Amino acid sequence: MTIQLLAFYFFAFFAVLGALLVITLRNPVHAVLSLVLTFFSVACIWMLMQAEFLALVLIVVYVGAVMVLFLFVVMMLDIKVAAAREGFIRHLPVGIGVALIMLAEMVTLIGLRAMQVAPPPNPAAMHGESNVAWIGTALYTQYLLPFEVAAMILTVGIVAAVALTLRHRVGVRHQNASQQVAAVARDRVRLVSMPAERGDPGAQP
Amino acid sequence: MSWNDVLTMLPELYLTGAICVLLLFDAFAGTRYRSAMHWLSMLALLVTALLVVSAQRAIPATAFSGMYVDDTLAQILKLFSILSVALVFVFSEPYLRMRKMAVGEFHTLTLFALLGIMLLVSAGNLVMIYLGLELLTLSSYALVALDRDSPRATEAAMKYFVLGALASGLLLYGMSMLYGATGTLSLPGIAATLPVTPHQSLAVFGLVFVIAGIAFKFGAAPFHMWLPDVYEGSPSAVTLFVASAPKLAAVGMALRLLDVGLHPLLPYWQDMLAVLAVASLVIGSLVAIVQSNLKRMLAYSTIGHMGFLFLGLSAGTSFGNAAAVFYAIAYVLMSTAAFGVILALARAGFEADRIDDLRGLNQRSPWFAGLMALAMFSLGGVPPLFGFWAKLLVLQSAIGAHMLWLAIVGAFAAIISLFYYLRVVKVMYFDKPAEDSALLVSSDASLRWVLSLNALALLALGVFQGPLLDWCLRGFGG
Repeated sequence: MTIQLLAFYFFAFFAVLGALLVITLRNPVHAVLSLVLTFFSVACIWMLMQAEFLALVLIVVYVGAVMVLFLFVVMMLDIKVAAAREGFIRHLPVGIGVALIMLAEMVTLIGLRAMQVAPPPNPAAMHGESNVAWIGTALYTQYLLPFEVAAMILTVGIVAAVALTLRHRVGVRHQNASQQVAAVARDRVRLVSMPAERGDPGAQP
Repeated sequence: MSWNDVLTMLPELYLTGAICVLLLFDAFAGTRYRSAMHWLSMLALLVTALLVVSAQRAIPATAFSGMYVDDTLAQILKLFSILSVALVFVFSEPYLRMRKMAVGEFHTLTLFALLGIMLLVSAGNLVMIYLGLELLTLSSYALVALDRDSPRATEAAMKYFVLGALASGLLLYGMSMLYGATGTLSLPGIAATLPVTPHQSLAVFGLVFVIAGIAFKFGAAPFHMWLPDVYEGSPSAVTLFVASAPKLAAVGMALRLLDVGLHPLLPYWQDMLAVLAVASLVIGSLVAIVQSNLKRMLAYSTIGHMGFLFLGLSAGTSFGNAAAVFYAIAYVLMSTAAFGVILALARAGFEADRIDDLRGLNQRSPWFAGLMALAMFSLGGVPPLFGFWAKLLVLQSAIGAHMLWLAIVGAFAAIISLFYYLRVVKVMYFDKPAEDSALLVSSDASLRWVLSLNALALLALGVFQGPLLDWCLRGFGG
């Protein structure tokens, strides 16, 4: 139990440290990297509590989404790509630091699994199901209605995004693919027969 | 899930389907048939209202393993929400047409918000409360930002979004504490577990955050900062919506959370609500005096009205709850009438949202000046009108719960707030119209008729307030 507690403090320390760095670092790229560290540390804590599904979803969705957020920051704040590349060396120590801590956390997690003598009772396992199956069953039976309402919220998100960003500009030249395909040589090129011109011998080239 | 669950939820399911059809209609034919969108939305509202009415039942029904509750309280709030959304559609139709704003998105987003309201007031579970609220607020953020070329609307939407997200986070944090203390998400389950749980202090800790979230959604001081900016910045049609149906949703949410779920913690939240009520009453009645913008003035008056509403809620009795619901209904009908007049006077390039814009309205259009005066008197709580009975009931319930000092603060606030309502009346009747002002009233027939009906209803419901009050009391077993 003590080793679990130690591991918890280890993960929790970096989760809080990462969260603090997110709001204190000036460089937005560094802040995003710290956010990744926070998410990863929290995922490790969840893994410690045997909530495998939540931990994996956190990594897949959040860390993946944070990468999209990162792209947004680069696009919206007008950070030049060349400038970002120039700073590669400058960002490297922070990136390596984050990666090393994440590696250490993973090693702790795996080592902990090996050392664990008697794992605490897992509610899902007591039902003879895996964590994912258990959550899935709850989501599609007892929590069906909230699940569907969440889908409606996503629909509102799409409608709002389209309503706020789609602009029908006048005078924009769109490609009309069917017209392009239907074009024949006759419409594009006009062949004219003309008498051959004889060059004026007195003219300078 | 069974067939019975589906039947219980029929109004919401119908509305969901209607929204999807309207979305497709708008995408494919919306630009050609602009007015069809309006009438189809009205039809969807009518059918939803009929389905709500037809589902009247003596005992509350639950569906989807207790997620959804259908009782008298939910029906009252749903019917008046549908009514106020219908008023919003009628009043804002000419406004949107003149400004060439996205009519289709306005209608679909407002209907999405209505769906959120209906789910919220029927919630039997913390998850449903949160999701219904998000459906409502996300649609509201988008609606406020709908006038994309107006920097003020964008600023208002941004403020609303950031503060709203913060409030949702607070609410969710409080809910997670409640779950930690009781081990259940179902509201009746929480009420049953709270008296026996060893983690009562954790639940009270969560309660603080839940109350903060509720107060934000109401716009009660000191969580009111977003309200004046959103009211002033958004297009008047959207202000009309934000000022109406969401208040019914907020009272529904507060009652579900506090009365159904957290009633065992009554001694704790009673004092918190009392503090919020006093702060809202003071700020609402004092700050509104110095406003020159009519929409901003009405925003501060909303804060004051939410203070009154909290008087009813903080009593914690079934009479107090009924008074709060009654107050919310009265407030919604009064604010639709007041904003309806603003919308009737607005033209392209002229918002009619300053108090000075109303100068001499009586000489231009005595009828509309009369309607506005009726709305203002009712908001101020002048005796025979609807607003008076609402104020009287919440003050009664505060006295009934032995909070005399709270009732005295409320009475003082009502007297002070009369000043700025009467100032609007004075400007309309006794000031000369500006030379260059061309104060024209919209010629849209349905707007004129429905607005007149809305304002006259304030008088009629003031005189015959009994049946509505009985209905509200029935919602709490009275």
